[in-house]
Amino acid sequence: MTAAVRRSAWPLLVAALLSACGSRHEETPRRAPSEPVVITGAGQQIDAIRRGVPIDREATPPLMARVENFDQRRPVNYEMQPPTIPHAIDNYQLTVNTNRCMLCHTASNAARFQAPPVSEAHYLTRDGAVLEQISPRRYFCVQCHVVQTDAPQLVPNGFRGLETATGETMK
Amino acid sequence: MIGARLRGIWDRFWGWLKPFWTALRSPSAYFSLGFLTLGGFIAGIIFWGGFNTAMEATNTEQFCTSCHEMHDNVFAELKTTIHYTNRSGVRAICSDCHVPHDWTDKMARKMQASKEVWGKIFGTISTREKFLDKRLELAKHEWARLKANDSLECRNCHQFDSMDLTRQSRRAAWIHQNYLGTGKNTCIDCHKGIAHQLPDMTGIPQGL
Repeated sequence: MTAAVRRSAWPLLVAALLSACGSRHEETPRRAPSEPVVITGAGQQIDAIRRGVPIDREATPPLMARVENFDQRRPVNYEMQPPTIPHAIDNYQLTVNTNRCMLCHTASNAARFQAPPVSEAHYLTRDGAVLEQISPRRYFCVQCHVVQTDAPQLVPNGFRGLETATGETMK
Repeated sequence: MIGARLRGIWDRFWGWLKPFWTALRSPSAYFSLGFLTLGGFIAGIIFWGGFNTAMEATNTEQFCTSCHEMHDNVFAELKTTIHYTNRSGVRAICSDCHVPHDWTDKMARKMQASKEVWGKIFGTISTREKFLDKRLELAKHEWARLKANDSLECRNCHQFDSMDLTRQSRRAAWIHQNYLGTGKNTCIDCHKGIAHQLPDMTGIPQGL
C-alpha cells in the first residue's frame, strides 16, 4: 500500500465509522404491482366472491368506495327511515365506554355544534320511561344510521323515494 | 445517648471524607491552569452531549415501545389511527404528543416519568386487565396536562393560523372557527381519544 493510498484511506474510514454510528435505515425492496388482469365488467358482477372471473385468473379488485362527506342532510326515502349520515365517521369511537356521535347529536349539545339532535324517541325505554341519557337500546347509532359511499350500483335500481313519488320533500 | 451515637457516625464519615475534601480545597500542584480549564471545557462538552444523547434515546419510539405495557396496549391502538397511518405518510411518535419539546418542560416531564419506572418495576399495569383498570386515571393525567398547556403538543404541528378552513368539512370549519379560533376551547376539549381507545367516559366532559 502506498502512502497516498494510506492517506486517502483515512477519511474513508472516518466516514464509514460515522455512518455506522447513525441509526441504520434498511431499505426493503418493494415490487411494483403486476399488470392488472382487466376482465370487462368484472368489478360490477353481483357475485361478490369471484366477480364472474374464471377460477384460474386473478382479477384486479375494484377501487374502494369513498365515504360522502358534505355535511348536508339527505332527504329520506320513506317514512320512519333512519336518516343517513352525511359525513365521515372514520375512527369515531362507538364502544361500551364512549359514544362519539352523542358528543354533537345529544340534545343539550346539538345547537352548539349545529348538529341535528337525536329524536326524543331515543331517550325512551321500551316501557315508555324517559331517560336523561340516550336509551341503551338506541346506543349503537350505526345499527340504523349509516354513511353513504360513492360505490357504483351493482344492479340497476328503479326505486323511487318519497320525494319523487309524491313530488314533495319529506322533512 | 442517641446524640453520642450520631456523633460517632458523623466522625467516622468525616474521617473517610476529609482527605477528599482537603484535596478538593487545595490549589492544583501538578496540572497547569490551561490543562484544567481546557480539560474542564472538553469534559463539559462530552458530559453535556452524552446527557442529551441519552435523553434523546429515551424519546424514541423504539425506547417507548420496548416494554410490553406500551407495545401491546397503547402502541397497538395507535396503529389504526391517523397519527400512525395516513395518505401523506407523515406520522407522530409517542414523544411528539407526550413529551414537551421545550428543554425545561421536557426535564420536568422526564423527572415525572421516573414514576413510570417505578410502575414498571412493580408491574402496576403489567396485564391488559390491570391496564384497563388504571386507564381512566392515566388518561386523566394526560388530559389535565394538555388542558393546562393549551394543547401545546397538538399545536406543535397543528397551528390554527395555518389551517385552511375551506379544505375542512363545513361543520369542522365552523366549529374550529367558533371555538378554537376564538380561544374559548382548546384541542383536547373535543379531540380526546384520537390516538388511543377511551376508558369509561361516564361523567367526563367531552366537547365544549
